[in-house]
Amino acid sequence: MASLPYLPQTQADVQAMLDRIGVNKLEDLYSDVPAQFLHKGAYALPDALSEQEIRDYFASLEAMNTRLKVFVGQGAYDHYTPSVIPYLCSRSEFLTAYTPYQCEISQGTLRYIFEYQSMLCELTGLDVCNASMYDGPTAAAEAMKMAIACTRKKTRVLLSATLLPHVVEVVKTYAKFHGVEIGMLQADGGQTSLSALKAELAKDDVAGVIVPSVNRFGIVEDHSGFADAIHAQKAVLVEYCDPSALAVVKTPAEWDADIAVGDGQSLGLPLCYGGPYVGFMTVKKDHMRKMPGRIVGQTTDKEGRRVFVLTLQAREQHIKREKATSNICSNESLMALWVTIYLSLMGPQGLKEVNKLSSDGAHYLKAELLKTGQFEDVFPGQPFLKEFVLKYKGAGSLQEKLEKAGYFAAYPTEEGYVSFCVTEKRSKEDVDRLVSIVKEG
Amino acid sequence: MKYYDKLIFELSQEGRCGYSLPVNKYPAAPEVPSALKRQSALRLPQVSEPDVVRHYTNLSQMNFGVDTGFYPLGSCTMKYNPKINEEMAALPGFNCLHPLMKDELVPGVKKVYEEMNKALAAITGMHTFTFAPCAGAHGELTGLMLMRQYHLNRGDLARTKVIVPDSAHGTNPASAAVCGLEVVEVKSLENGRIDVEALKPLLGPDIAGIMMTNPNTLGLFETQIQEIASLVHGVGGLLYYDGANMNPLMGVVRPGDMGFDIMHLNLHKTFSTPHGGGGPGSGPVGVAKHLVDCIPAIKVSGFHGNFGVILRAYAYILSLGKDHLQKVGQYAVLGANYIKECLKDVYKLPIEGVCKHEFVFDGLINDGAHDDVPGATTLDVAKRLLDYGFHAPTIYFPLLFHQALMIEPTETESKETLDAFIEVMRKIAAEAAEDPMILHEAPHNTPISRPDETTAARNPILKFQDTL
Amino acid sequence: MSKILEGLKYSESHEWVKVEGGVAVVGVSDFAQKEMGDITYVDMPEVDDEVEAGEEFGALESVKASSELISPVSGTVVEVNSELEDTPEKVNEDAYGAWIIKVKMSDPSELDNLLDAAGYKALIKE
Repeated sequence: MASLPYLPQTQADVQAMLDRIGVNKLEDLYSDVPAQFLHKGAYALPDALSEQEIRDYFASLEAMNTRLKVFVGQGAYDHYTPSVIPYLCSRSEFLTAYTPYQCEISQGTLRYIFEYQSMLCELTGLDVCNASMYDGPTAAAEAMKMAIACTRKKTRVLLSATLLPHVVEVVKTYAKFHGVEIGMLQADGGQTSLSALKAELAKDDVAGVIVPSVNRFGIVEDHSGFADAIHAQKAVLVEYCDPSALAVVKTPAEWDADIAVGDGQSLGLPLCYGGPYVGFMTVKKDHMRKMPGRIVGQTTDKEGRRVFVLTLQAREQHIKREKATSNICSNESLMALWVTIYLSLMGPQGLKEVNKLSSDGAHYLKAELLKTGQFEDVFPGQPFLKEFVLKYKGAGSLQEKLEKAGYFAAYPTEEGYVSFCVTEKRSKEDVDRLVSIVKEG
Repeated sequence: MKYYDKLIFELSQEGRCGYSLPVNKYPAAPEVPSALKRQSALRLPQVSEPDVVRHYTNLSQMNFGVDTGFYPLGSCTMKYNPKINEEMAALPGFNCLHPLMKDELVPGVKKVYEEMNKALAAITGMHTFTFAPCAGAHGELTGLMLMRQYHLNRGDLARTKVIVPDSAHGTNPASAAVCGLEVVEVKSLENGRIDVEALKPLLGPDIAGIMMTNPNTLGLFETQIQEIASLVHGVGGLLYYDGANMNPLMGVVRPGDMGFDIMHLNLHKTFSTPHGGGGPGSGPVGVAKHLVDCIPAIKVSGFHGNFGVILRAYAYILSLGKDHLQKVGQYAVLGANYIKECLKDVYKLPIEGVCKHEFVFDGLINDGAHDDVPGATTLDVAKRLLDYGFHAPTIYFPLLFHQALMIEPTETESKETLDAFIEVMRKIAAEAAEDPMILHEAPHNTPISRPDETTAARNPILKFQDTL
Repeated sequence: MSKILEGLKYSESHEWVKVEGGVAVVGVSDFAQKEMGDITYVDMPEVDDEVEAGEEFGALESVKASSELISPVSGTVVEVNSELEDTPEKVNEDAYGAWIIKVKMSDPSELDNLLDAAGYKALIKE
C-alpha cells in the first residue's frame, strides 16, 4: 500500500498523546461507542494509491470521455476563461480559507465578495446582492420563497414556460415541500405571454412571477407591462438572467423587477459537467431584510480604516434557526471570486465584445443553416443573442450526426426543436464546418 | 499580513483593458431592438491584466487559510487540502464537458460517480448516494425532502414534524422549515446527550423523523443511539444523520449501522476539498435501501451537483484507500482529546470524559474580572489567538453554553502544532488573569482591528456604488 | 439598574403597554433593550395587520441576535413607529419613548393579564 503523506503523527507522537490523555491505545478513545457499532473487518474500498497512481488513474478516466466542440447552451455556456482567473483563484489564501467569520484575518475574502456584490448590482441595476447562491436554479427557488415571504397571504408563484427546464424542475421541487403552489405561464410566439400573465394575476393569489430575460429559445423577451401588472397585485417580479447578456440587454432594474437571479457560469466559469457554478441574487433595497445568504458590508475598524464584515446576519440560520429566510450557509464563494476577476478583466467593453462575437456567430450560423433548406425558422423575427432554436426537417437525429463529427450541437428541446449556441470560443471555421456536415446529410 | 486598501473599481482608468479576444470574422448581426437594449451605463472596472493580478494577490495576503496555519474551527473540519486533488479536478478532459452530454459520451465521468457512490456507501453503511446537493445545508434540505417523499409515497400524510436536538447546527431547524416541516426541539441532558425520556413523549404518528449528528455538536457520542433509533423507528419515523461530524467516525463507525436512514456528507469537510472562503462545497446525500426509490423525484440543483468538488474528494478517497481510513478518524479524535486534556485546568470544561473530533469549553476559568474591568470573554480569547498566528475556534456555538469555544484540530496537524496552540492558549489564559484589557483590545497584530459591526448593520453599505 | 416606569403595563416577554383610550401603545422595556445591546433593526408589522396577544408581531435585531416581539394585546395595528426604520438606536436611547406599534384593542380585558411596574420589577429581579 502507498503511504499517506497528509498524516504527520509518528508512533512516538501518538504514544505521548495517549499518555497525556491517560489511555492505552487509540481504540480506547472510542470506549463510549457501543461495541456493536464498531466496524469490524476491512472496509470495501480499494487499496490506497500513490500520487503517481492517482494521476495515472485520472488520466485514464479523462481519456474515456469524448471531447466535442460545444454548440449548446441551455443554461451552461462555453465562454472563454482567461488564464489569470484559475491562477489567482488557486492562491491558497483564497482557496483554503473558511467562510470569513474572523474578519480581521479574512479581509481578502470579504473585499472580493464586496466587489462581486458591486459588480452584480451594476449588471442587474438592483440595489443589494448577496455573497452568492449554489447555482441559477436554486437561486430561482430562493426567489420563489422570498416572493412568498415578501407578500404574505399570497400562496402561488408563476413560472414562465420559457424558463429553462432545469430551473422549472428545481423551483417546483422546492415549492412542493415548502408548500407553495406553482402556476405555469404559457408562451406566445416564443415569449412569456402578457395576456396569460394578466389572466393569472386576476386570481388574486399570486405572490411572485419568475420570467427569463433571455429565454430557453434564446429569445430576448419583451417584458413591457409586466411589472405594472404584477405590482398592481402587490406581487414581485423576478427576472431570471444570463448575467453576461446583461451587458447588452435591458436590465432587471430597467424592467422594474424586484429580484434578479441567474447563474454566473456564463461569466467565464468552465462547463465542468455542470459544476461548481455560482448562483446570484440581487434585490431592490425594500426586500433586503428578506434576502437569503451572506452579505458583506463596509464599515470602519477602531483606527477608522475602511474594512469589510459579514453583516445583516440576524436574517441567517445560525441566529434565526427555524425562522430564518433560508438554510443556506456555505455558498460558492470561490466561484464568486472567479466571476469577479472575470468581470475585472473584461470590463464593460470586453463583456460587450463577448456578446457581439457570440451574437454575430450565432446569427451567421442560423442564416447558414436556414440556407441549407433543412430547417424551418420557428420564431422568425424574434431577437436573440448567442442561442437560437430551429425545426429540423431532415431525417434521423441531427444531434447524433454532429456528435460523430466532433460537435455537441442541435440539442433537442421538449417541442422537438433543435437548439444551437455560439460563443466567442467557436471560430468561423468551426461554424462553417458544422454547416458543411449538415449539408452533407 | 498587511493592510491593503484598494477596491478594484478604484484602479479603473477609462480605456484600459485586461482582455484579449479573437478578431470578429462574422458579418455584423442585427442589434437587439432599442426597446430591449440596456439603457444604463455599465460601470465595471477598466483595468489591465497586471493590475488585476497585483490587486487580487494583495487581497489574498489579508487572508488566513489552512495553508497559512492551524485552523481549529469547530464543526468545520479544516483539514489539509491535498494539492494533487486540485490538479485532477482541473484536467481539461473533465472541465470541457457540457452537463447535457449523454452518458455514453462521458463514461469517465459516470465511472467517477459510480465509484464515489460505492466508496461512500462502504464508508457510511448507506445504500446509495445522490450527488446533486452543493453544500451541507443543501444536503440536509435534500435529505429532509427524501424523508417527506418516503412518507408521501406510503400515503402517510400526517407526518409534519421533525425532532431536532437543542444542540443541533443552526442549519438543521432552518432546513426543516424550508422543507415545510415543523421543528420540535428535544432537550439535552447535563451530560450533553439527548434526553431520551424527554424524547419519548414527543414521538407519535405526526413525526416524520429526527435529525441528529453523532458525535453531537459538543463532540460527544450519543451513547443511547440504539434506543433512540428503535424509539423513532417504532413510531414510523426516520433517522437523519447530519454528516458535518463524520470525521471522527471515518474507518471506525458507520452511520448506517447505527440505524440512520438518511445522511449527508460534507465533502469540503470530511473529504478534504478546500472550502474556498465559503464554497464551493458538495453535500451528497446517502439513503438506506428503502428510500432509494424516492431519489428521482427530488431535483435540487441544475445539473449533476458540484462535479469539480466530487472529483477532488474522489482523488482523496483513492489516496486513503481502505488502509488509511481508520487513521483519519482515530488521529482526529486523538488530537482533540490531547488539546482538551492539556487545557482543561485553565478553560472550563463543562462535560468531562472522552470526546470525539472536537470539544467545547465554556470560557476561561479565571477571566480576570476585577473592580470595574469586565472579564475576558470567549470573543476576546478568539481575537487574541489571531495575534498569535492561529485561526480562532468556533465561538458562541453550540448555544448550550454562554461562552462556548469549540475546538476541532483534525488529523492533519502535527503534535508540534498542537503543542504550540496549547502553549498560546495557556498564555492567553494567563494574560486574561493578569490584565483582561489586553484581550478586550485584541487583535493587535492583524491587518485591521475590530470593526464597527453595529454601524455596518444599521447603515448598510453593501456595494461600491453606495460610497460614491 | 434598568428603568421601570410606573403606570405602564408589562408583559413577561418584556414589552410595555401604555393605554390611550382603546389603543395600546407598545414598546420594549429598558431591561429588554439592555439585554439586546446595540439594536440594529426593528422588524415591524404593517398598519391594518392583525396581532394577537402572546403571538409574535415583529423582531428586534442586534449584530449577533434576533429577538421576537410578542404582542401583549390582541387587535389591529393602527400605527407603526416608522422613525425606527432608520434610527433603531432610539430604542436603546429611550426605550419608553421609542414606542413600536399602536394597537386598537379588540379585547381590553387582556390588559388584566399583564404585570404592573412592581410585578415587572419582581420579574426581572435586578
